[in-house]
Amino acid sequence: MVNGFDLNAVEAALLLKDAGVDVEISVLSVGTDFALDALKKTLAMGADRLVLVDEQGLDKIDAAATVKVLTALIEEDGPFDLVLGGRQASDWDQAHVVLGVAESIGASLVTLVQKLEVDGESLKIQRVIPEGFQEVTCPTPAVLTVTNELGEARYPNLRGIMKASRKQPDTYSLTDLGLSEADLESKVKLEKLYIPESNKQVELIGGEDEAEAGRNLAVRLREEKLI
Amino acid sequence: MTSVLVFIEADETGAASQASLQAITAAKQLSPSTVFAVTAGAVSGSESLPVDTVIGLPGVETSDDGIFDSLTSDLAALIRSKSPELALFPKTDQGSVVSARVAFRLGVAFAADCTDISGSAGAISVTRPVYGGSALADFSIASIPAVVSVRPGAFEPSASDGGSPSTEQAASAGEGSRGASVINAVAESREGVRLEDAPVVVSGGRGLGGPEPFAVLEDLANSLDGAVGASRAACDAGWIDHSHQVGLTGKTVSPDVYIAVGISGASQHMAGCSSSRAIVAINKDGDSNIFKEARFGVVGDWEKVLPAFIEQVKALKA
Repeated sequence: MVNGFDLNAVEAALLLKDAGVDVEISVLSVGTDFALDALKKTLAMGADRLVLVDEQGLDKIDAAATVKVLTALIEEDGPFDLVLGGRQASDWDQAHVVLGVAESIGASLVTLVQKLEVDGESLKIQRVIPEGFQEVTCPTPAVLTVTNELGEARYPNLRGIMKASRKQPDTYSLTDLGLSEADLESKVKLEKLYIPESNKQVELIGGEDEAEAGRNLAVRLREEKLI
Repeated sequence: MTSVLVFIEADETGAASQASLQAITAAKQLSPSTVFAVTAGAVSGSESLPVDTVIGLPGVETSDDGIFDSLTSDLAALIRSKSPELALFPKTDQGSVVSARVAFRLGVAFAADCTDISGSAGAISVTRPVYGGSALADFSIASIPAVVSVRPGAFEPSASDGGSPSTEQAASAGEGSRGASVINAVAESREGVRLEDAPVVVSGGRGLGGPEPFAVLEDLANSLDGAVGASRAACDAGWIDHSHQVGLTGKTVSPDVYIAVGISGASQHMAGCSSSRAIVAINKDGDSNIFKEARFGVVGDWEKVLPAFIEQVKALKA
């Protein structure tokens, strides 16, 4: 599945293309038995290539192993001037795959990018901070995480969908990348996954009517020194 | 456990942040012989932190602010030289990026956003919320060193123990910038307290029915020195800007009090506020999930409950 944050990254690349930058956009993914239709959405939006590492077991690897596979893929299929990622994954909230890729390929890294322009050999970036934004310059190759402030990802149009339907992904195996299963062994092992028992018991505050319940709530919070 | 290193951030007053003090508590839970606190730049009061040694990193350049190239290389070098079994970071905006980068730079075990930690060197066990907080996962870490970030609000902040730690100054790793550099910062007008730092957050959801009620929430937030939050549904409806969004795809807050008005409490929303000290719910649907997470609640129409609540809050504050 392509999550919403990653679509922001695709959008950032497409905006560069819109601005007249001569780019080829490759969408990279690691997993098992891909739902190609979902991934082809990125091609329909305007990306040029789909590059996959598709092998049994890759749907279960952790962030560190994902970084290893992506790094090997980037070295084999690249080089790339720019690696863009979403600010976080939606499912297990593993925000650090992109950071790990930056570290392992030794590229510059800028997080929380809301605007991106190419200025000669370097990048002109706006980076979101709580007070507003920073203006950042960065040489290539660079790794960036893109925020949703960049703007909604575009919807594919019919022509894009038709074009995408004719394209096939370039697929690599772990062996192609010089990796074995042992390379992907995790240092952090999942022992137990469970639903936490809620020990919270809500104290419902009432009153003669709803207004009094509101006043009683304020008094109760004051008693607890919460306000 | 021989030694644990804790990264200490300054809050806006220049003192060690609550999240950093909570990370010290997490470190002490493992009863290590030595706790190192690492500060970057000046942190006021660091001479009385309840740790054994405070290590100052070289001053951080403003061009590294938010880029963290120098911070990452200096911290990685320090971990190499001090060889702690564990390095703990508060999972703040800065801490989560720097912890991940340091872990990947060193190629060591990394667990992010942990709410509990136990065990001994080479057999550490951590707990982290997954699937937006609706489930917990326990992980074991057998390799040394490990880098772990700690979710703000998951531990009590540790107080000064009256001792005075020894101090050291670390050398700069000198690797410095990888090329990205901050040129300047542009402030955009944002009013009031930062949502992430506010001691009180008043959030509105779909149940408010439109944009106007957010003015009422704003009024309440102002009288409590708090900030206004919102559920994704309210932001997506355009009732309030997305910068107010609390939840899995928005901001994570851990205020003393989180007042949820007209919010049903979907797990994606709770992921952003579940570590609040107390959640207070006002919702007309007594069966909604928010009441399972809340400590106090009123089942009722917010249009009737809230004005009386605000009036009483103001009277109590006066």
